[in-house]
Amino acid sequence: MTLRGVSREYPGGVIALSGVDLDIDRGELVAIVGPSGSGKTTMLNVMGTLDRPSAGQVVIDGFDIAELSDRELSALRAFRIGFVFQHFHLAPGVSALDNVADGLLYTGTNLRERRERAEAALLRVGLGHRLTHRPHELSGGEKQRTALARAVVREPTLLLADEPTGALDSHSGEGVMRILLDLHKTGTTIVVITHERVVAAHLPRQVSMLDGRVVDDRIEVVA
Amino acid sequence: MTRLPQPGRLNPLDVVRLARYGLRARPLRAVLSALGIAIGIAAMVAVVGISASSRAELDRLLDSLGTNLLTAGPGSTLFGEQATLPDESVAMVRRIGLIETVTAIGQLPEAKVYRTDRIPAPQSSGIGVYAVRTDLLDTVGATVASGTWLNDATARYPAVVLGARAAERLGLGPVNEDTQIWLGGQWFTVIGILDPVRLVPRLDLGALIGWPAGQRYLGFDGDITTLYIRTDPDAVEAVRSLLARTVNPARPNEVDVSRPSDALAAQAAAETTFTGLLLGLGAVALLVGGIGVANTMVISVLERRAEIGLRRAQGASRGHIRIQFLSEALLLSVLGGGAGILLGLGVTAVYATLQGWPTVVPAWVMVGGITATLMIGGVAGLFPAIRAARVAPTEALAAT
Repeated sequence: MTLRGVSREYPGGVIALSGVDLDIDRGELVAIVGPSGSGKTTMLNVMGTLDRPSAGQVVIDGFDIAELSDRELSALRAFRIGFVFQHFHLAPGVSALDNVADGLLYTGTNLRERRERAEAALLRVGLGHRLTHRPHELSGGEKQRTALARAVVREPTLLLADEPTGALDSHSGEGVMRILLDLHKTGTTIVVITHERVVAAHLPRQVSMLDGRVVDDRIEVVA
Repeated sequence: MTRLPQPGRLNPLDVVRLARYGLRARPLRAVLSALGIAIGIAAMVAVVGISASSRAELDRLLDSLGTNLLTAGPGSTLFGEQATLPDESVAMVRRIGLIETVTAIGQLPEAKVYRTDRIPAPQSSGIGVYAVRTDLLDTVGATVASGTWLNDATARYPAVVLGARAAERLGLGPVNEDTQIWLGGQWFTVIGILDPVRLVPRLDLGALIGWPAGQRYLGFDGDITTLYIRTDPDAVEAVRSLLARTVNPARPNEVDVSRPSDALAAQAAAETTFTGLLLGLGAVALLVGGIGVANTMVISVLERRAEIGLRRAQGASRGHIRIQFLSEALLLSVLGGGAGILLGLGVTAVYATLQGWPTVVPAWVMVGGITATLMIGGVAGLFPAIRAARVAPTEALAAT
């Protein structure tokens, strides 16, 4: 993934990103760190093709997103990109299994296969015993792991996580981070957005942001 | 560079699941907004159903009464006086052929009917006295509610058969052999009471005595007031066109010919005007119901921005979101419409049964109801669905 001179300006003159250059290679695990208001979330939206930059070029998996229609971008997200949000965004009143299975809804997969793959994904995040539970019956950590399963059930090449541990206690947070590290080992490119340096410190590459700019890009070997 | 994946397509089953998902999340609101549609459809189905049932009853009635009864009465002369029919007209009509029966009645305008001889003369009951032939009963399709009809013997004596309303007006219940009324200045024994005569309502308010009895006791001159003719069912129009000239060859313009079953049919036609008005009311209810659905969907789009954002992040295109909300609106109104049709059928069945009518709801009403419902759902859902599809995914996710 390559970002070249990417800017994003919102109506009213708010500049969320200004001239960001960033390359993320396939299979990397990157943390984007910064205080709130530094443009991290906008960065994630742009990388996830949910938002188009006002200026600059975004190339994901070899596709310049400026050249793709809304339909094509949707397909790109459906097959290549997984999202995890701070507040989970699980459908209430729907079992964990079906929440995860719905992650495959827009890929043209039939219901039976969706459920089979959802079950496998839930096993992978250690929730094999929670298949029929509904979101309100799950703990915070379990909800986020369900959301993770929903993102990975599509087997995306890029996983974007926005403050995945932000709403969790430290123990659950560690569990979620462990799963992310495991996924990274299987070759998924992962970008984690966080304002917690402690979380970022676990990850091999840390990109620091401030006021819409990349101020630091550090690669280190994890102990 | 890798090949761009093809956008996934939702199969119909998934579309239905999505639509159900949205409604199940807020069942009470779904029920209430479907109720608006249901009431509108129910009103229209019931109005059409009840009017169709009433028409079916009329058809059944006409079928049993027959549409082959003609009446011929004296009209007025060129100078505006009341004309009479010649005595020999009965025999002349019979000669037409294609006639099943002919009978005549003659009114006795001077004769008044009282319950007893003690009632003051001005308090007459408004009951007409008619001298009749014994074959009147079969010709006009009348039936006896109580007692017996006149026969050749009783037609010669002071015996009377009352029409249904006449008996009611005189306060007479079921007939017993001692019942007598004061008719034209002498006692007549009531031997029977008729059921209401649908084709000839004027007999309902009549006191019917035998032709010879009228001549013998009341000075009846034998003038014919009306002829009742049952024709061959296939020859009604042919006979009708011949009737005036046959009854009074000298002055055919003085003969009024009519077909009583036409009056019943005309009455039914008048009722359809009223049906149109009620249908209009049903349409208004349906429109209001449609607005209710649109309102529900607009609110739903506002409330579910996060869900829309999530779906977009999971790869839903604008088209996917549009289809989801449109099908939700369609499902909502189809549920309402289905309930409305059942309700309308129920109302029709109950009303028709209470009236003793056959229950008839034309199939086109149900097809039309479902079609109208789909159109309303489509129109009501289109705008909210387009709005839902326009929601920017980032904005939607930031909303919570």
